[in-house]
Amino acid sequence: MGLSRRGLFGLGAAGAAAVGAGVVGANTLLHDAPAAHATSTSDPYPFYGEHQAGIVTPAQDRLHFVAFDVITDKRAELAELLQEWTAAAARLTQGKEAGSFGAVGGAPEAAPDDTGEALGLPASGLTLTVGFGPSLFDDRYGLADRRPAPLADLPKFPGEQLVREISGGDLCVQACAHDPQVAVHAIRNLARIGFGKVSVRWSQLGFGRTSSTSRAQATPRNLLGFKDGTDNLKLEDADLLRDQLWASPQDSSAWMAGGTYLVTRKIRMEIETWDRTSLAEQEQIFGRDKGEGAPLGARAEFDPIDFAAKGPSGEPYIKDDAHVRLAHPSSNGDAHLLRRGYNYVDGSDGLGRLDAGLFFIAYQRDPRKQFVPVQMRLARHDALNEYIKHISSGLFACPPGVRDAGDYWGRTLFEA
Amino acid sequence: MRTAIHLSFGALALATLAACGSGTTDASAGAPAGSAAPGKVTVAASDTECKVGASEVVAGTTTFSITNGGSKVTEFYVYAPGDRVMAEVENIVPGLTRELIAELPAGAYETACKPGMVGKGIRNALKVTGEHKALTSDAKLAEAVTGYKRYIKSQSDTLLVKTQEFVDAVKAGKVDEAKELYPISRTYWERIEPVAEIFGDLDPAIDAREADLAEGEEWTGFHRIEKDLWIKKDVGKDGPIADKLIADIKTIVQKSNAAELTPLNLANGAKELLDEVATGKITGEEDIWSHTDLWDFDANLEGSKAAVQALRPVLEERAPDLVKTLDEKFAAAEAALDRHQKGDGWQLHDELSKAELKALSDAINALAEPISKIAPVIAK
Repeated sequence: MGLSRRGLFGLGAAGAAAVGAGVVGANTLLHDAPAAHATSTSDPYPFYGEHQAGIVTPAQDRLHFVAFDVITDKRAELAELLQEWTAAAARLTQGKEAGSFGAVGGAPEAAPDDTGEALGLPASGLTLTVGFGPSLFDDRYGLADRRPAPLADLPKFPGEQLVREISGGDLCVQACAHDPQVAVHAIRNLARIGFGKVSVRWSQLGFGRTSSTSRAQATPRNLLGFKDGTDNLKLEDADLLRDQLWASPQDSSAWMAGGTYLVTRKIRMEIETWDRTSLAEQEQIFGRDKGEGAPLGARAEFDPIDFAAKGPSGEPYIKDDAHVRLAHPSSNGDAHLLRRGYNYVDGSDGLGRLDAGLFFIAYQRDPRKQFVPVQMRLARHDALNEYIKHISSGLFACPPGVRDAGDYWGRTLFEA
Repeated sequence: MRTAIHLSFGALALATLAACGSGTTDASAGAPAGSAAPGKVTVAASDTECKVGASEVVAGTTTFSITNGGSKVTEFYVYAPGDRVMAEVENIVPGLTRELIAELPAGAYETACKPGMVGKGIRNALKVTGEHKALTSDAKLAEAVTGYKRYIKSQSDTLLVKTQEFVDAVKAGKVDEAKELYPISRTYWERIEPVAEIFGDLDPAIDAREADLAEGEEWTGFHRIEKDLWIKKDVGKDGPIADKLIADIKTIVQKSNAAELTPLNLANGAKELLDEVATGKITGEEDIWSHTDLWDFDANLEGSKAAVQALRPVLEERAPDLVKTLDEKFAAAEAALDRHQKGDGWQLHDELSKAELKALSDAINALAEPISKIAPVIAK
């Protein structure tokens, strides 16, 4: 039996492995296949580091994202929870169980300290990434004066139809892995550790990555059938990452140095009407060709985009309201985003249609200069708006990485 | 492990039972002749006051004589720290005097009258002085079981009374009265349900929901009558169902009081009661016709607390931090529920917003996790 299509994307090539997160042991099954991952899909990524994993880490195939409300009114309990989570995450990301006794190693009278559904499964590239929402910096925990300026509330964008219940949150955890069971297991165990201190506000599963965050990865497709993330910020772009991804000690909040800011948007796609749209119109809406992902008027996916190029009719190849033109850094003062979104299908909508779309995830140094202007331009002019609807929104400050076992998520926020 | 615990407990239980004697009786059974006058304390209860005739008694047996001079049905409790029920008498109707015999070692206690049978009650301090032999750890476990059985006894006694009232109203075709009595009689049932569940076939006969039944199964019990009361608004044909309900309740009360319990039964029962809340009451599935789920919620929470507090002396010795957490989380859960008090009862489930239900759910999750840690502490 041959390898599935998913397999082509799912198994990594050796050559590009070392570029990634410094993990060796790359899978060499498919030398010629496009490299989707920098490592074998079962290996762990390091948990400790200057930055949190799960940001420039080559995007894994599966997502479970969760936002929490903090329900304790005690700052000390919140800080303690972050320490418990950090300890559990350090284990989970290495393919271990959530607690030291595990699913079956504890006393028979005790509820197990791990829920067990990941028994026998490898680390599967699990990364866990934590963020703090604007609401955490209200008057509950004495953090109001620590709110970073880039964590300014997002403006209202034209056309958005945000559902409050699936937006916002005091805390978020992004779990990415190559195995959905591993991602869900991690979130479930963190939620359990948090009972009484935090309460799940909303959560989202994503079944297929829609962005590449490494040149070692092939560009995947979103549910509109187009390649997504061709011009994404990638881990090889060292200068751009420094300038546009990571918060620096010189930025307004020193505690965020080495951290970054996360915007999530759940974007429902009207896939049924899209599917009835002609190929030519689809390509004009995106400004790229559907097969290769090449900019219209060019030949290959990574050809430079010439927005001035005109076709035989004298009209620009890429129309004024084409998605790629409006979203491109050249239209936005060279603002880049590190996108890390996932396709989702949440069952069906009761009207004979799939409830499907894109769970958009973008990391950046300052949303006020990056996501906000780009999205404002898109919300006003993008031809794609006829087929999409933003239904949830999240904004989070992701603190720097956990340095070692004595450190924890958010230490610089709570202990300075 | 489980077997070993059971055996060691069994051997000690006899000695402890002999030492502690029985806990409560009520006036209908008559006060034992041995309760001397010095150990007698009168309590004048009303809707607003609870005048206890003494604030200090000697260790050993004290008989409280409670007269209800108010207009609401009341209850009287003696609490050890953490609201561990040492003795209680329920259902003291206006004008009635009932007696409560309490076996109290030296220590600091509180008494409480609960007019309307809700809330924290009107509290008074009660100091008990004199000799009292400290229990060993295993003896404390045995005492926990004895204490909890005392609770089962008091609850099941009132369950019988209240279910009889409910059944009488149903058989008399008094729909409105029966609707009022429905959540009240269930309160006593829901407090001790894990014990009742030991007797597998009776629990569904008493408490099955329509959705629980397989095709062709006969539906009896509380919820069958609930549907007729609220949906059909006619219980004219429910006589046999009502008779069967009270007969089943009588059987289960008898069996519950005779049941041999282990400390682990208490720990697991406390957790199961909260599981009941999480799966049945928060969702409104328990009482889908009457929406009186919060009565059951309150009863489950109280029943869980009674089992935990019975174990408290052992937990204080073995896991003091856990006791602190449990106290906090019980208080938080009670406070979350108290927001929905309405008159002598509770808001209906369909009057609560999704956000309010979530707050209740969060409080139960916060409490149930530490409660799940009791069993291994008890077992060690």
